[in-house]
This record gives sequence, C-alpha cells and structure tokens, in this order.
Amino acid sequence: MANPDRTLKRVSRPVLSTRFAAVGQTYGAALALLALIIYNIGFTPFFLNPATVNSNLTQVAPIVIVAVGMTLVIATGGIDLSVGALMAVAGALAPLIFLSTLLPANYPFIGIGLALLIPMLVAGAFGLFNGSLVAYFKIQPIIATLVLFIAGRGIAQVVTNGALQNFTNPGFRYIGIGRPFGIPFQVILMVGIVAGVAWAMRTTTFGRYVLAVGGNEAAARLAGVPVTRIKLAVYGLSGLLAGLAGLIVIAINASSDANSVGLDMELDAIASVAVGGTPLTGGRATVIGTLIGALIIQLIRYTLLAHGIPDAAARIVKAAIILAAVYIQRQRRA
Amino acid sequence: MATVSTEPSARRFTFNRARAASLIQRQGVLIALIALIAFGALRYDNFFSVYNIASVLRYYSMFGLIALGMTFVIMTGGIDLSVGAVVALGSVIAALLTPYGVLPAIVVPVLVGMVIGWANGWIIARLGLLPFIVTLAMLLAARGLALLLANNTSVGITLDPGFVWFGQGDLLGVPVPALVMGVAYVAGVILLRYSRFGRHVLAVGGNEEAGRLMGLPVDRIKLGVYTLSGALAALAGVILAAQFNTGQPTEGLGWELSAIASVVVGGTLLTGGMGSVGATLVGVLLLGLIFNILNFENGHGFISLSSYWQSVIRGTFLLVVVLLQNRLAQRRRS
Repeated sequence: MANPDRTLKRVSRPVLSTRFAAVGQTYGAALALLALIIYNIGFTPFFLNPATVNSNLTQVAPIVIVAVGMTLVIATGGIDLSVGALMAVAGALAPLIFLSTLLPANYPFIGIGLALLIPMLVAGAFGLFNGSLVAYFKIQPIIATLVLFIAGRGIAQVVTNGALQNFTNPGFRYIGIGRPFGIPFQVILMVGIVAGVAWAMRTTTFGRYVLAVGGNEAAARLAGVPVTRIKLAVYGLSGLLAGLAGLIVIAINASSDANSVGLDMELDAIASVAVGGTPLTGGRATVIGTLIGALIIQLIRYTLLAHGIPDAAARIVKAAIILAAVYIQRQRRA
Repeated sequence: MATVSTEPSARRFTFNRARAASLIQRQGVLIALIALIAFGALRYDNFFSVYNIASVLRYYSMFGLIALGMTFVIMTGGIDLSVGAVVALGSVIAALLTPYGVLPAIVVPVLVGMVIGWANGWIIARLGLLPFIVTLAMLLAARGLALLLANNTSVGITLDPGFVWFGQGDLLGVPVPALVMGVAYVAGVILLRYSRFGRHVLAVGGNEEAGRLMGLPVDRIKLGVYTLSGALAALAGVILAAQFNTGQPTEGLGWELSAIASVVVGGTLLTGGMGSVGATLVGVLLLGLIFNILNFENGHGFISLSSYWQSVIRGTFLLVVVLLQNRLAQRRRS
C-alpha cells in the first residue's frame, strides 16, 4: 500500500485483488448452485421438466424479491425483521380493496390497480417508519424492526379479524399465476427487480451511498452522504418489496391468511443474503449473490424433499449450509 | 467555571443529573409495573386472587427463564435467536423421556440445551462468526431437530405425577415454575454482582478488545453465556411440557424476540457492557401483566379487544419504551 500509484488507483476503482476476491466470492456461491443443478439433473427424475422448473422458480420468487430489499438494508449495516409481517399486512389489505363494494363495479381494473398499489404503498410506509426509527431516533435496527415484527402481523389480523379471505379475481391473480410466454409472471418480476437493483447498486450514486453508509457511517456523513435519507430509502424499499411479495403469495394461493402469509420470511431472506455473500456487517453487497443464495436454499430444500428426506431434516441441512457459507466467506476476507 | 470554587459543584450537578436520569431509566419500568398492578387491583375484583397471580407467574416463568439467559448474552454484546426453538426441542425431549422417570425428563433436555448453547458459543468465539447469524442457523437446526424427534406433531407425556408437579404443582402455595424462576434469578443476580464471571461478562461486553488485552478469558466467557442461555431455554421447554402435558415442536415461535423485548424494556442496552438481571425480571412481568390486564378488560365488557390486538399493543409498548429510553440516554449523554 506504500506505492502511491496503487493508492490512487484504489480511489478510482477497486484494486484488482479486491475485485478478484469479490468475483471469487460470487463464484463460490455460483459454483455451489451449479453443483446442485448438475446433481439434480443426474439424480432427480423430472428435474428439467418445465413444470418442476416453474414450480421451483415460483416458490423462490417471493423470497428473492424480499431478499433484494434485505440486501440493501444489510448493506447499510442494518437488518429488517419486519418483512414477513409486512407481507401479511399487504396480503390482508389487497382482498379488502378489490372485494370492496365501494368501487365502481363496471371498471374492475380500477379496483385491481388500487389493490396492487395501495397495499404496496402501505407496506412501503411501514418500511419508512422502520427507517425513521433507525435514522432519526438512532434505535438499533434489530429493535426498531422488532416493533413491527410483533405489531405488524397483529395489524393484519385485526384488519381481517383473523379470518381467511378467499377470492377468485383473475385480474389480480395474474401476478401470481400469469404465464406470459410460458414464464410465470412473478419470475419475470423477480428477474426485473434483481437486474434493476443490481444495476443501481453498481452504477448509480444511490448504490455508492448505500455501501458508504454501511462501510463507515461517520465517514460517509462527513463526506456529505445523505445518511438519513439513504437509510429511509433502503427500509422503505424493503417494505415496498415485502408488500409486493405478500401480494404475489396471496395471488398464488387465491386466499389471504394473515396468520400465515410471510411467516418466517425474514429468516429465509436473511439466510439468502448471507449465503449469497453479502456480509451482515454492511459496506458490501451483491444482489446477484442474493439471488444465487436464495436459489441454493430453494434447491437444497427441493433436492432433499425429492429424495424423500423430511422437511424437518432439511431445516438442519439448511442451517449447516448457512453456517458453512458464512464461514467460508469470512475465511476469504481474512 | 471561571473560579475554582464553582467547579466541583458544577461537576456534582451534572453527576446528579446523570444519576437521576439513570434512576428514572431503571426505576421507570418498576414504577410502571407498580402502577399497572395498582390499576389492576383497583379495577378488577379477582386481579389479586391467588389463582390469577399464580397463573400469570406459572406461564411467564418460562419467558423469565429465557430472558435471564438472554440478558447475560446481550451483556456480552451478543444475541441468542435460538432460544425459542430450544424451548420447543426441550419440551419434545422431555416428553419423550417421561416414560423413563422424572430425573431424565428434566436433566437430559437441559443437557441438550447446554450442548446447543455451547455449540453457539464455540462457533461465535472460535470461528468468529456473528452471533446473529450463528444463532439464526441454530434456530433452524433446533426447530428441525424438534420436529424430527416429534414426527411433526405434539408428543403426549406419560402422566408421571412428579413430572406434572414440576409444571403444574405448588410448593408452599407458590407455583413450582415460579419458584424455579425465582431461584434462577437470585442465582443470576449473585452471578452477575458477586462473581468473577459476572464482572468478566460486563467487561467483555463493554470492550472486548480491552478485555482480551487485559487477559480475560473472552472465549470461555462467551461459551459460558451461550451455554447458560441454552440450558435455561431448555429448562423452560421442560416446564412447557410439564405444564401442558405435551412436548410441542411448533411452540416457542418468536419467543426469542419476546425475550429480547423484555430485556430491552428492562433497560439493558443491546450494545452490551451494562445491564441488570432484576430489571429484566421487571420487564418480563410488565409485558406479562399487559396481557393479563387486557384479558380482564375484555372480561369487564366495556371494550372487546380480540387477541390479535395484543400483539399490536405489545409492539406499541415496545416502541414507547425504546423511544423513552433513547430520550433518557441522549439526555444523559449531553
């Protein structure tokens, strides 16, 4: 580091070795995913069957969408425990809106549009609430988001009185079961969100700011990064994406149950982020890695189930994979 | 501060203010608890009945035990998310072992809890992974193990009078689980205040690096607190099985977060280095009492709050406490 030339280079773009390590990290997870896919092609019957592929992808899409928001939150050094509860909130609101008799019956698309928009905005507003606790009141993210983890699902249950809401609304259900060109609609959404956020993290000022806040908040503040606004933005976005995921889940099920929508989602999302190679300490993030992490976890679950291993045992394997992934990544950094 | 003579008084003034703030912070929760008890006693006829007090204590003793372990973990600057799952695992193992007598049904689960806690501590201390992710993985693994052992359903116990007494019996008019909790808290206070281990826990949480340089056995202290937390969680699981006559692999969902909420309400900072065992007990009782009073209020008939409101109120309460503590801490700093 004594060489001034190298120091200069570091300012303009990452040193080769840092970049190499980052690439290696992405590859580590990607290689694991590849190995899983090859194993399944060889040993799991019907794995490449379009129905199997589609069912795996539709199951993983809501997790990925939530995990992308979680990646940004974690990149700022935070955590968002409330995502599962916010999914339940969005999932509870949507049927209330499009089943409402207040809306003009001859313009169904207004109802559907509002049923998509309002729940997401409400979830986003809850996310902003999380963000304001973290940014303005300096409350630790785990506690700040614990508030809505506890209260959020309760709000969803109060709104629906804990009752299951069934519906048959083909327009609304399109986001869950639509198949343009044979590809599930939520998979297209997932790919779009992953690509968009990955692009934003790489090329926009916003992306740089998110990493700067997570890397060294005090330094970022002194350097003029709008720390407060960035935190509000990432928690708001996390809430918004959780809302979207909640809508997708109820659209697939054709029913909304506030007691179960998004249950344990925060764990799956955090695990995907960690397995994907984003350190929980903040300052670095890989959105593509998160996608790969979620796919790995999904494929492990699928592989074990396809080979007759009970779901309970699959959880234990999942735990081991998470620990191993985090440990390997820690070794690489050292 | 122009003259020498004013300086000590000025200093004493700020010192007193700091002390007053800390007093409010710690005693504020106690004052709230006493106020709630007084409110309940004046408003409801059966509030002070032996039955009500005993049933509140019997149920919340489980949360008390978990929160006690959590207090020690948080004082070292860590966190233990696995406790809820360990409760479930403990209850399943206890139920499975009831045919072999009371002693194995109580001792073996606690030993298993210790092993899980020790594993948490080992991975955190020796491999240097973040407590959050390690105990999250352990949550998945312990839950998986509980489901696996219980075959995905609840396990009935062999009705052994001794074992049932452990959960449902009384000794000198006090519920046995409450006695267990009481003994644990007295031991916890002694451990924290008067033992070398307690001092070391606070030192490690205050400044781990300094502790290490001073020659404190940091790794062993971490192993100690996580082992303690695992053991207490498993003990809570034994009480759960003894109280409801079943081992319940799906019980304890989110209990870790309730425990963290109790610790935070009690005033222990999540950053570690300070804390009070007694304050945690006050926090547990306060959160328990809110439920109890809501139940009485529903019975009164003036308002009718569905059980779903309870989580909304609990979340709001956590928010208020955290905001108040934040205010007081800021005032103390300035």
